[in-house]
Amino acid sequence: MMRLLSASLVLCLLLSSPVRAVQPDEVLADPALETRARELSKDLRCLVCRNESIDESNADLARDLRLLVRERLVAGDSDREAIDFIVDRYGEFVLLKPTTQGANWLLWASGPLMLLVALLLAFAYLRKRSEPDRTRAGEGLSATEEARLQEILKD
Amino acid sequence: MITELGHFALILAFMIAIIQVVIPLIGAHKRWPGWMAIAEPAAQAQFLFTAFAFGALMWAFVTSDFSLKLVTLNSHSAKPMLYKISGTWGNHEGSMLLWVLIVSLFGAAASVFGDGLPPTLKARVLAVQAAIGVAFFAFILFTSNPFLRLVNPPFDGQDLNPLLQDPGLAFHPPFLYLGYVGLSMAFSFAVAALIEGRVDAAWGRWVRPWTLAAWIFLTIGIALGSWWAYYELGWGGFWFWDPVENASFMPWLLSAALLHSAIVVEKRESLKSWTILLAILAFGFSLIGTFIVRSGLLTSVHAFANDPERGVVILMILAVFTGGALMLFALRAQALEAKGVFSMVSRESGLVANNLLLAVSCFVVFVGTLWPVVAEMAFDRKLSVGAPFFNAAFPPFAVALGVLMPVGALLPWKRAKLGRTLWSLRYAAGLALALAGLAWAMQGDHSLLGPIGVLLGAWIVSGAATDLWTRVGRRSGRPFGRLARLLRLPRADWGKAVAHAGFGVTLFAIAGLTAWQQEDIRVAEIDVSFEVGAYQLVLTGVEDGRGPNYFTTMGVVEVTRNGQFVATLRPEKRVYPVAQMPTTEAAIDFRFTRDLYVVIGDAQEGGGFTIRTYLKPFANWIWGGCLMMALGGGLSLSDRRFRVAAGARKARPQGVPAE
Repeated sequence: MMRLLSASLVLCLLLSSPVRAVQPDEVLADPALETRARELSKDLRCLVCRNESIDESNADLARDLRLLVRERLVAGDSDREAIDFIVDRYGEFVLLKPTTQGANWLLWASGPLMLLVALLLAFAYLRKRSEPDRTRAGEGLSATEEARLQEILKD
Repeated sequence: MITELGHFALILAFMIAIIQVVIPLIGAHKRWPGWMAIAEPAAQAQFLFTAFAFGALMWAFVTSDFSLKLVTLNSHSAKPMLYKISGTWGNHEGSMLLWVLIVSLFGAAASVFGDGLPPTLKARVLAVQAAIGVAFFAFILFTSNPFLRLVNPPFDGQDLNPLLQDPGLAFHPPFLYLGYVGLSMAFSFAVAALIEGRVDAAWGRWVRPWTLAAWIFLTIGIALGSWWAYYELGWGGFWFWDPVENASFMPWLLSAALLHSAIVVEKRESLKSWTILLAILAFGFSLIGTFIVRSGLLTSVHAFANDPERGVVILMILAVFTGGALMLFALRAQALEAKGVFSMVSRESGLVANNLLLAVSCFVVFVGTLWPVVAEMAFDRKLSVGAPFFNAAFPPFAVALGVLMPVGALLPWKRAKLGRTLWSLRYAAGLALALAGLAWAMQGDHSLLGPIGVLLGAWIVSGAATDLWTRVGRRSGRPFGRLARLLRLPRADWGKAVAHAGFGVTLFAIAGLTAWQQEDIRVAEIDVSFEVGAYQLVLTGVEDGRGPNYFTTMGVVEVTRNGQFVATLRPEKRVYPVAQMPTTEAAIDFRFTRDLYVVIGDAQEGGGFTIRTYLKPFANWIWGGCLMMALGGGLSLSDRRFRVAAGARKARPQGVPAE
């Protein structure tokens, strides 16, 4: 798999011109549709590249996908329908922004959940630390300190 | 000949490192001064031999010695000298040699500047540092030897990846490595303290300069990499949430947390076990970063040297060091008793909040980076987690950090009154609100991103100024007395304010750039003017030419504004024939408040060229803010208390020369 990816990366770099992303001839006449197309393109992965969206990529496949997105939008698809159309053909891998379906909720919830856990731990810690000195003074002394204290008190 | 000597020196350094692990550890356990004392000359000798080996490899690159396999694969006689030198670390073997060189450099620096350390602690720190060295020496010698010869040397080499032939990228890896590996010092201090079973204020003071130095280097390294991506990749993106970028960002987040929590250890003798844990994890994430880059586990644009087998070895190193240290932590952590008592609202709590946000945001980046692997292995789903995920999941933490930063920085130690601190920030808050309102009124649309960026940035910067201003006290005196006292504040106070302000500047710049950038894509005919924002651009000609090791197609674009000359920009398209790779060289007119960024594309059939123009407001502020953060770190590092307390006789406390 890795070999295949590297090979396709090399191909992707060799066969294409260095200019990135959207070409002038792809741009739609309707600015509203074009803006939507650009937004959608940022969430779709160029499948033969390494971690690039089709909006940034210069590969031929990315161009095909950009044209496909625009075609769907011109045909009257909603954003959702256009994305679903592409996911049906290329699989979930094409989405740079993963769905929340199945186990993916764990990915999306990991931040908030961890924040909650961390907040609880920090709160417990701060509470312990902020107890008045008196309750802790006794246990804080070592045996020698205790002896020394007794000595001082005797004098 | 020099090559063989270099190889031999590397083997010697490996042997010395083994001795440096074993003898001082036994010495420290048995309290034998002679055995402990071995650590210092060993650390210095290890560094010298490694430096010689690295020098020998560099010599081979500089003289284009194509009998070396590594030089043949990564260099070319026509390459400019700078890239012959940087080619030394622009490949897997050489960069691992640089890595181990820096491990030994930090060890040697600790042996020189660690005079104030108790002998047992010092011996143990150096031994742990050498243990890291041993692992990587073995890794280099047995799996990635840079000194292998070719039986039939070719006439010329195969050239360095042209994307790497750039001044910004030439120095990006050394800085990043100084940061990554610098964290090994914090790790060594943490493990040594666990073996000793003792963490006190002095420990916090010793470990902080090393963490600070590592964090400064990481900051500069990351900024350089991001700046390079901005001008080299051809469309002005500066951060991609690529796995390899995340690999450097996670240690940065954790080391930022660590250098704050070490303050609590130093000043208040609290948060000890958490600080130790952070030190272990910060270096652990450096190793994870190395593993991600080297193994090719995650697909990334930084794919210059991945090889699954080598990845497995690094994974083992990672498991042994992080696992071993965490085990030690589990056994010993309860022996580290906290002393300081503080209330819910205090500087201590502010720093706990800082640590909490930094650590959880690091966790989010970590989960996002590894999720594709987890999903494939556990749920049999092939999916991607890209920039859109991180752009949704990460910013809330950065924003929360920004909102809390000025408040936390102003809270007094032990017990604070929240109302009083907030009241002293009233001018900062007022200024921030006013500027955000202004930004909202000036921009054409109703997007909130820009004004929020202004609000946060202004709040943090003016909060940092308030911090300094309140620190000088209210004593009356000469009219300029307060200003004079401001200049006499400890460097640590200045460092803190400058670094915090830098964070605000970067935050603002990212929001501003994202919200207000303009883009124009068109086919430009020769000598036909077009407008982008307030500027008029004309493509006056396109010429072909050649450089030392490439061919170029260069456009000449004249930029004017209301008839006034602004700049002549020369965007290029290059082809490197040896590596058979094209690159774009964007032409950028850098200005204080905006960049004008022009990229030339293909010639069109009907005449004219594709021209892409971007107006990027406040782009330079992103890296300016990073520089301020690094500068603030440097100021803090030069504070008097490290020079006095670290017990160094030398005037300079860093102990970490840049080269």
